[in-house]
This record gives sequence, C-alpha cells and structure tokens, in this order.
Amino acid sequence: MADIRLIEIKEDILSDNKNLADEIRDMLRVHKVFMLNLMASPGGGKTSLIINTIRSMKDTCRIGVIEGDIASVVDAEKVVQEGIPAVQLKTGGFCHLDATMIKMALDEMDLKNLDLVMIENIGNLVCPAEFDTGAHKNAMILSVPEGDDKPLKYPLIFSVCDVLVVNKIDYIGVADFDMGAMKERVFKLNPEINIIEASCKTGEGIEKWTRWLTDEMNAYQRAVR
Amino acid sequence: MHELSVTESILSIVLKHAQTNKAEKVLAINLKVGELSELVGDCIQHYFDYLSKGTIAEGAVIDVERSPIIFQCKECEHSFEISLKDSKDFACPRCGGAKVSLISGREFYIKDITIS
Repeated sequence: MADIRLIEIKEDILSDNKNLADEIRDMLRVHKVFMLNLMASPGGGKTSLIINTIRSMKDTCRIGVIEGDIASVVDAEKVVQEGIPAVQLKTGGFCHLDATMIKMALDEMDLKNLDLVMIENIGNLVCPAEFDTGAHKNAMILSVPEGDDKPLKYPLIFSVCDVLVVNKIDYIGVADFDMGAMKERVFKLNPEINIIEASCKTGEGIEKWTRWLTDEMNAYQRAVR
Repeated sequence: MHELSVTESILSIVLKHAQTNKAEKVLAINLKVGELSELVGDCIQHYFDYLSKGTIAEGAVIDVERSPIIFQCKECEHSFEISLKDSKDFACPRCGGAKVSLISGREFYIKDITIS
C-alpha cells in the first residue's frame, strides 16, 4: 500500500482571481484609469448613486460604467441615457462579479478616453465581498430600510470596503434605524472606513460622496503620473 | 452562495499539488477560513463530491478550520480576539486604544492535503 503523506500547501483559494485582479490594476495604471467597485443589496440604491455621481461629475471627468446583473439590461440602459458608455455583464445566475468578468468588460471599453470606471456589482451583501475585481477602492451602500443590524449579519463586506454610503436617510424617522448603533458596529469591523450619510432621492450628502470619490481619484492619478 | 466557483478553485489547486507530489489518491483536504467569511463547509463538500468525480481527489474529505477574528492595537501592539456577537466594545482591552487593525479573520486558503 502506498504511503500516506501530508502535504503542506498554504495556497490562497482565490489566488487566480487575485492575480488577475492585479493584472487589471496594472492595465488601468497604463491609462491612469481609477476604478471603483460599488456593492449593495438589491434595491439599496446602486444605480441611483451611479446616476447621481454621473450627473455631478461628468463635466469634470470621463466616466465609464460596468453593470453587473443576473439577467437584465435595464441598469445599463439608464446609464447610457445619461450619455455615458456602459458595458452590461449578464452573469446568468452568478451571484458576484470576479476579475475574469471585469477583464472582459474592460476589454470592451475605450480606456484611453476614460478617467473613472464604476462597477455596479450584483445586488448581494455576501458573495461580492470575497472577490477582488481589480478595483482600486471598494464602496458599499447600506440603505436605511434594510436595518441597522446588517453589519452583524454580513460582517465581511463591511470589513473590505473603504467607504460606506448610508443611503435613503430621508427614511429616518419612518424606519426603525439606529444610526449610532449601526456606525459602532461598522467601526468595530473596520475602524478605517469612511461613512457618508446620503439620500439619492433628495440629493443630501451626494456632494460629500462625490468629494470623497474625486479626492481618491485625484490621489491615485497623482501617484501613477 | 458562491461555493461552486470557490470549490472549482479548490479542486484545481488540490489536483495541481497532488500531481506535483505524484499522488495516487487525495484522501483529505484542510481549509483555513476566517470567521468573517460566510462560506458554508457542507456546501463545499457537496460540490466537491460532484466536481471531483473521476479525478484522483474523488472521495476526499474536506475539513474547514475556522480562524478567529483578531485585532491588534496600533498603540501598544496588544492582540485580542473579538466575538461578533459581543457588539459592545472593540477598543484595546489593555490600553484602551481605539485604533486597531484586523490581523486575522479573513483567511481563505488550503492549509494542507493528505495524499497516498
């Protein structure tokens, strides 16, 4: 009988994805394109935030959008109506976007004529958090009606994001949402995170968000120059 | 929810190392997964049984070892474990410092395999 041997591996399960994500960042660097990965639950306000961002930033920078959806193209159509190039990725049931899919989308885009690419990830707080997309910064939205307990239920996504937009603050007062408790839970998982309170409907806080995004993009572009 | 694509990666990494080590059979696989991950061990085994059919890894038993969430204080470098259910305090229990960084809890790798 053959010997039984224990082989130490210590290899990251998602190393292929991580390596491709690094290649994507190298590719973006050549064209000085800053990429943001936006994650949230279904209905959290990802498309609305992207539309708001386009409206306030399209005069000062060249934007492209990658839309991830399980089946439809409705979000990409909304973006195109704003006069912005969009690539729709239909995942056919897949719960997240990974580096392979983002690479395919970027290959369809005219990167030399863009400054900023925003990825609208699949509406899901679980899976997108595990996969590096090649983006430079990760953002997430938690909307007020979803409740202040989400950081307890989906800790990983709150721990990997650089910024959290608390959307639909116009619902505060109607919803049973404790902003202080929510923030405490988030800071516990990620003490470095930026938290921006906003409403895509009333426009409150959107300027703060676009300022954060502009600062990050400028810092990146200064660094790669 | 994304266990299927994760399991595909696990199988390909395992087969690669099994071949390098001239294995006839893969008997067991140990994964190290941080407490912050939502991965479900039973699902991985289920998908693995399906995906590994006809390979030398067919029948391998997968064990998931969870690693705790550990923060380190940036002031005094003291490390301490956090339980997600205990939501009260995450400041350093030794010096009270509020600036801490995550040093464990996001692991996601194959620790070792047992082959024959």
